[in-house]
Amino acid sequence: MTAETEAPQAPELGRARLRKEDARLVTGQTNWTDNIVLPGMLHMAFLRSPYAHARITSVDVSAARQLPGVIAAFSGADFAGEQGSLPCAWPVTADIVIPNHPPMAVDEVRYVGEAVAVVVARDRYTAADAVEAIEIDYEPLPPVLDIRTALDEGAPKVHPQGNKSYEWPFANGDIEAAFRDAPVVLERTYRQQRLIPSAMEPRAVVATCVADEVTLWSATQIPHVLRFALAAFFGIPEQNIRVIAPDVGGGFGSKLQVTAEEVLAVLVARRLGRPVKWTESRSEGNMTVHHGRDQWQRIRIAADSDGRLRGLDVDLLADMGAYLMLVTPGVPLLGAFMFPAIYKMDAYSFKCTGVFTTKMPTDAYRGAGRPEATFAIERIMDELAAELRMDPLEIRERNWIKHEEFPYTTIATLQYDSGNYEAATAKAKELFGYDELRKEQAERNSRGDPVRLGIGVSTFTEMCGLAPSRVLGSLSYGAGGWEHASIRMLPTGKVEVVTGSSAHGQGHETAWSQIVADQLGVPFEDIRVLHGDTQVSPKGMDTYGSRSLAVGGLALVSACDKVVEKARVIAAGMLEASADDLEWSHGRFSVRGDPDASKTIQEIALVTFAAHSLPDGVEPSLDSDATYDPDNFSFPHGTHLCATEVDTETGMVTIRSYVAVDDVGKVVNPLIVEGQVHGGIAQGIAQALYEEAVYDDAGNLLTTTLADYLVPSAADLPSYVTSRTESPAGNRLGVKGVGEAGTIASTPAVVNAIIDALRPLGVQDITMPCSPERVWRAIQTARENEGAS
Amino acid sequence: MEITVTVDGARYVDNVEPRMLLVHYLREVAGKTGTPIGCDTSNCGACTVLMDGASVKSCSVLAVQADGSDITTIEGLANGEWHPLQRAFHELHALQCGYCTPGMIIAAADLLRDNPHPTEQEIRDGLEGNLCRCTGYENIVRAVQRAAEAGATT
Repeated sequence: MTAETEAPQAPELGRARLRKEDARLVTGQTNWTDNIVLPGMLHMAFLRSPYAHARITSVDVSAARQLPGVIAAFSGADFAGEQGSLPCAWPVTADIVIPNHPPMAVDEVRYVGEAVAVVVARDRYTAADAVEAIEIDYEPLPPVLDIRTALDEGAPKVHPQGNKSYEWPFANGDIEAAFRDAPVVLERTYRQQRLIPSAMEPRAVVATCVADEVTLWSATQIPHVLRFALAAFFGIPEQNIRVIAPDVGGGFGSKLQVTAEEVLAVLVARRLGRPVKWTESRSEGNMTVHHGRDQWQRIRIAADSDGRLRGLDVDLLADMGAYLMLVTPGVPLLGAFMFPAIYKMDAYSFKCTGVFTTKMPTDAYRGAGRPEATFAIERIMDELAAELRMDPLEIRERNWIKHEEFPYTTIATLQYDSGNYEAATAKAKELFGYDELRKEQAERNSRGDPVRLGIGVSTFTEMCGLAPSRVLGSLSYGAGGWEHASIRMLPTGKVEVVTGSSAHGQGHETAWSQIVADQLGVPFEDIRVLHGDTQVSPKGMDTYGSRSLAVGGLALVSACDKVVEKARVIAAGMLEASADDLEWSHGRFSVRGDPDASKTIQEIALVTFAAHSLPDGVEPSLDSDATYDPDNFSFPHGTHLCATEVDTETGMVTIRSYVAVDDVGKVVNPLIVEGQVHGGIAQGIAQALYEEAVYDDAGNLLTTTLADYLVPSAADLPSYVTSRTESPAGNRLGVKGVGEAGTIASTPAVVNAIIDALRPLGVQDITMPCSPERVWRAIQTARENEGAS
Repeated sequence: MEITVTVDGARYVDNVEPRMLLVHYLREVAGKTGTPIGCDTSNCGACTVLMDGASVKSCSVLAVQADGSDITTIEGLANGEWHPLQRAFHELHALQCGYCTPGMIIAAADLLRDNPHPTEQEIRDGLEGNLCRCTGYENIVRAVQRAAEAGATT
């Protein structure tokens, strides 16, 4: 093997590599948790509360226990001594109320679907039958369903401590001065409806406890966090716990949780000494997978008459649901930093009040706090444009941070490291045909077309790459934000990459191979990426907050650096040269000035394995591990433009075109990035047009199935035009993250487009989801008001 | 009840409860775990299989109703080499987590059997019964178009 015969391989970064993951997924050779069958495995089924709020007066599981095939049945009281409380890792204030949250209710239930008893049987059908035989009596208590009245004097209490969990304020600049004598002040109230994340794979758990060794397979995003939680909060020695996330079918934040069912599976397996499995049904999942969003946002802005922003004042009410789960109270706070978005202003004031209700707890759902904030600011920027008779893009340009002003410290105290809002907007306008569509809109408005054209703008940014550990500490988060990676150089020159970030559809196995291929100069095909098993990947902070690449990817680079440095010493020995005289390029060390004298990383790996002639004091290993803690968030941004046709006679909204120009920094794999953007946009459109978790007046969830909760199909969604601009982030790969961008951007783009279509008719706002009925009613109301005035 | 079912070319004779769903039979009795379950109201289509050549949601068919039938799951679609739809889904990145993929590919196969050259809208309408939460469908539509061009009518 000589240098002359080999051309250096093309860089992997930026290549549209087809995914390594796909082979098993397109052929059905998958390993979902529900596929797992262990010898002697039993099946769990839960009895769940039919009441939003009730005292449990008696539970009798004896009849269920008598049924053939039933091995055991337990109520909450049977585990009262060991089930502890499900953890909340984010006590956002010193005086936050964190209620006790037993995995299985003992005395009182506080949402429909809360587990009250469990049956363990030979098969899932028998377990489901036996649940029906449990006798349980409740004394109903008043439900608490509306966060706007939950803090009223005399309101029924969800918990003895009351309905307020916390109040979290933030202020920067002189907000009173900003609003005093401001030529324009606007105030709006926006509703962020409650959403159900709806990953396609329902949650599933398999647990074993052999002697004192616990193994838990779970459809989770967070095997490492889950292992830590089982140890820290449920008293299982950490060294005895192995958590495995096999193939996981989507998460979107919903599997960023320590769930009642995971904990109970472990406790039941330990109690019975047999493996147990639980797989939720979709209707069970809609009730009991944590929900997302659910806020009331009061937002005020003050501006000069030329449209320059002076101040922004935000008052949030956030529905916590019945309990605080893993990061429930922190989700709205991620939004706190994003309300000022890409805009400059003199002052900003924010307050969030977390409120308990008798509903399923809320927690992270794609974007987690940032879509809510982005929606509100992007909606009111459109209102400001309308007020001042300016184009929505013009008002944004007047206020956004200019590309030459980066790095820029925002009024929310974030330091944006890079961005170019002008470039993304210019590209989006061109792809969209902005000026032509505006002309068509004016023409249709002037002739009173019953189908109105609307143009929606969203110039968003987000903070992701969660997160610098020190910042998390300052926000009282219970853990760090680092990520871990290790490299194992195998004797034959192949590479195993271990990542602490846990993939569930993102394509880590492919993208990580590309990064390592470039760093170590080994072929893409020679790399295998391992993840999602705490025994294989011992350290990690897992996957959420668009952090995998921006944090985990950087950990990979550090780990590769260490391999190269170790290899350098061994190569120096092999080449009888000084390590300082070696040049590293494309997987090969060459002696400076003597290109024929060189060794490949594969040759070095074999020599290291043999260890016959290593320099004195050098360990026979090239393996490395590294932990990377980012020193800043990353700030993807972009301009999304949406054109809607709104039929004023039926209220039907049709998306005619959608253009997304995203700046996610350097791109490892454009195919994967584009896919993330598509899926993100779809979920944001779904919030704008289709989805809402609806509870009735008694606190029953009405949207328990996919027939009622309208996850859109291909027929409900448009085709997207996507493109990119690139302002590299300040990290070594220049990457920012892409998982949440589409979802954050698209909801306001769509709603702004609908309002833009109907503003000439007097419509200022429509509560999401903008169903045909709501759109039609908004038009009727506007017409009535018009007639009355 | 005793049923005889051919699944992906192999013949199975089993005793099943009359209430057992076909998808549970496939997954838990026949061991064909390539077909997943995504809901309990036949909305998501993840469990779609071909039954005597036509697509059915196997969560809404009883195993006893499949007695005597010939079932093709995602595991039996490849014939020595990947089916054009499997190839197109891979090449056009039409899957992310992959949970909906077996049902989506089987439904698309049935769609192309009925309509070998569908328009984009016909693909969207034809796959209305299969939900995907990851891809926003863009690349799924493109993949079905490409498979159609490749003549994936079987």
